[in-house]
Amino acid sequence: MSKDNQILEDLTSKEYEHGWSVNMEADEAPIGLNEGIIRWISTKKEEPQWLLEWRLKAYKTWENMTEPTWANVHYPKIDLQSLCFYSAPKQAKKTKNLDEVDPQLLQIYERLGISLNEQKRLQGVAVDVVLDSVSVATTFKDTLGKLGIIFCSFSEAVKEHPELIKKYLGSVVPMTDNYYAALNAAVFSDGSFCYIPKGVRCPMELSTYFRINAANTGQFERTLIVAEDESYVSYLEGCTAPQRDENQLHAAVVEIYAGAHAEVKYSTVQNWFPGDKNGKGGIFNFVTKRGICAGDHSKISWTQVETGSAVTWKYPSCILKGDYSIGEFYSVAVTNNYQQADTGTKMIHIGKNTKSRIVSKGISAGKSQNSYRGQVQVMKRATNARNFSQCDSLLMGDRCGAHTFPYIDINNPTAKVEHEATTSKIGEDQIFYCNQRGISTEDAVALIVNGYAKEVLNQLPMEFAVEAQKLLALTLEGSVG
Amino acid sequence: MLSIKNLHASIEGTPILRGINLEVKAGEVHAIMGPNGSGKSTLASVLAGREEYEVTEGEVIFKGKNLLELAPEDRAREGVFLAFQYPVEIPGVSSTNFLRTAVNQVREYRGQEPLDAVKFLTMMKEKMKLVEIDQKLLSRSLNEGFSGGEKKRNEIFQMAMLEPTLSILDETDSGLDIDALRIVSNGVNQLKSDKTATIVVTHYQRLLDYIVPDFVHVLYKGRIVKSGTKELAMELEEKGYDWIKEAVDSEATV
Repeated sequence: MSKDNQILEDLTSKEYEHGWSVNMEADEAPIGLNEGIIRWISTKKEEPQWLLEWRLKAYKTWENMTEPTWANVHYPKIDLQSLCFYSAPKQAKKTKNLDEVDPQLLQIYERLGISLNEQKRLQGVAVDVVLDSVSVATTFKDTLGKLGIIFCSFSEAVKEHPELIKKYLGSVVPMTDNYYAALNAAVFSDGSFCYIPKGVRCPMELSTYFRINAANTGQFERTLIVAEDESYVSYLEGCTAPQRDENQLHAAVVEIYAGAHAEVKYSTVQNWFPGDKNGKGGIFNFVTKRGICAGDHSKISWTQVETGSAVTWKYPSCILKGDYSIGEFYSVAVTNNYQQADTGTKMIHIGKNTKSRIVSKGISAGKSQNSYRGQVQVMKRATNARNFSQCDSLLMGDRCGAHTFPYIDINNPTAKVEHEATTSKIGEDQIFYCNQRGISTEDAVALIVNGYAKEVLNQLPMEFAVEAQKLLALTLEGSVG
Repeated sequence: MLSIKNLHASIEGTPILRGINLEVKAGEVHAIMGPNGSGKSTLASVLAGREEYEVTEGEVIFKGKNLLELAPEDRAREGVFLAFQYPVEIPGVSSTNFLRTAVNQVREYRGQEPLDAVKFLTMMKEKMKLVEIDQKLLSRSLNEGFSGGEKKRNEIFQMAMLEPTLSILDETDSGLDIDALRIVSNGVNQLKSDKTATIVVTHYQRLLDYIVPDFVHVLYKGRIVKSGTKELAMELEEKGYDWIKEAVDSEATV
């Protein structure tokens, strides 16, 4: 066992790859949170009156809410009054032409491996990039525009497509849904908006890349995806942050609307700074993600690879309202060192013949705690609802924890709900077998973990899958259980 | 090629090997036989570097290097191959993917360029014939849901791919029907050369009809108590191990 511990020690000393930051002049809101700050943000963003009122209403509600404590995570109280709620790089004026983008900004994204230069991109992926509080660039807008697809920053959408924003904002995640969603509604700064018109199949992956750069800043972005009847879109989300000693708050909201026969695939590779090996610093990731299958035969599929953040609190969910609609949730959540994750999904069956599938693969290493929390709810009217859930946990070492909290709530006797769960450790036998074939222990772990997570990784678009595989290997480099 | 001198090994404080001496030269096939619990599989595991076993005394020199100082993966890269008695399942990892990782890490260690996908597949196709293994099996998760025979054939297939200098077959015959036994043995025989050596650990003489040994050693209570040629194996098959046990035990009491 001593060798395992040694390897675990090595693993825990692994550095976070994206821990650098760039000194940029920023336009920041005054520190703290009050009605004045919300007005400040709204003015800064030149928002219409209705949106300001919406924000203020959310703020009023939020003031009377308390932070939820039911999640299996423990962290010091966050002092919101010491945070900055808006930070924009000074040169980040939204530009039509990428040549006008501040070279320093472009460099940041080059360094992250995201080329914003459309000509240089081999893969057809359109990208919207959000640095701290604002969206700084969106690629391929013209190509998409020809199909009637809108893909732009949230602020731009508020200006250009107010009718759509008014109609869908808060329609899936009400502003008062929960503590963090309400906070987000009050102070959100930017994010992505995506609209796929009826009958259009989006020809390329759409992607948003979030980066926190400034210190002492919370990031509160909103993503809204609307897929009209018979449309299809695959959406990717990536995120990183600099390595800082203090914790940073990230509280995002993602809303997805899918019309009849529409399909939305939403994939996340979450790699926020997880804190150092002693549990210092790292992002608090409190995110509300929800989609509604509003029409018949619609489908929403969430895939997430969660490797970062000090504390994660996140349950991408599906409301299956349309008859024959389908909800899917595929998740790999990795925790290491002192990371804590409480993540899972909610599948709410309202329509008839609705189906949901949950595949959750947790991997815990170091002294981390990894919880799956999932709810399957079948409403009275949901005749013939089907659910299949599989929750697997993989443990590495003997100082980490894996927990499963499945909630099943059935109100219709025709429902069929299956739940399977396994807990395993990476076997010394498996490692030795690999070693005996000439494979190093680190690569053996990467191989075994990727095999374990394969069912989920297979759901990711190709270029993301490769990145995710590398990320898994890197996060768990050298660990054995 | 391989020189084992006075090798002692124990597991959780219990001595299993109590002074093994064995010389294996290139081109030779050695059979290690013996009753249950005599230390046969332990010997195979110690040579491959399994961590649970503690070597308390003695040395093992392989191609001029102190084998016991090498990590298990480096022993493999130096050319030691162990065909497992119980091959391990790795869910979600295909045999092909597994082997490609292994072959390229071994090649890297030996200062060779990694094989690209085309070259690797060509090599695989060629070696697949040796053990009559099906491509479909290789795209499935490694050993998961394989029959006993498929697992053993896959072991020999891996051996063919990794081109070891010393192959140790740990009870490769266990759980094989007569057809599978023939296929597996054929594979092993075709891989033999004057530059490689094979150690066959087995309980029964049956396997040695197919893989003919140059030397047969009987292991009992952690020592090689009798060595001979393939006739010794025939004798054991006929008379069992009791006569050897008796001889050794009476000697010990004198």
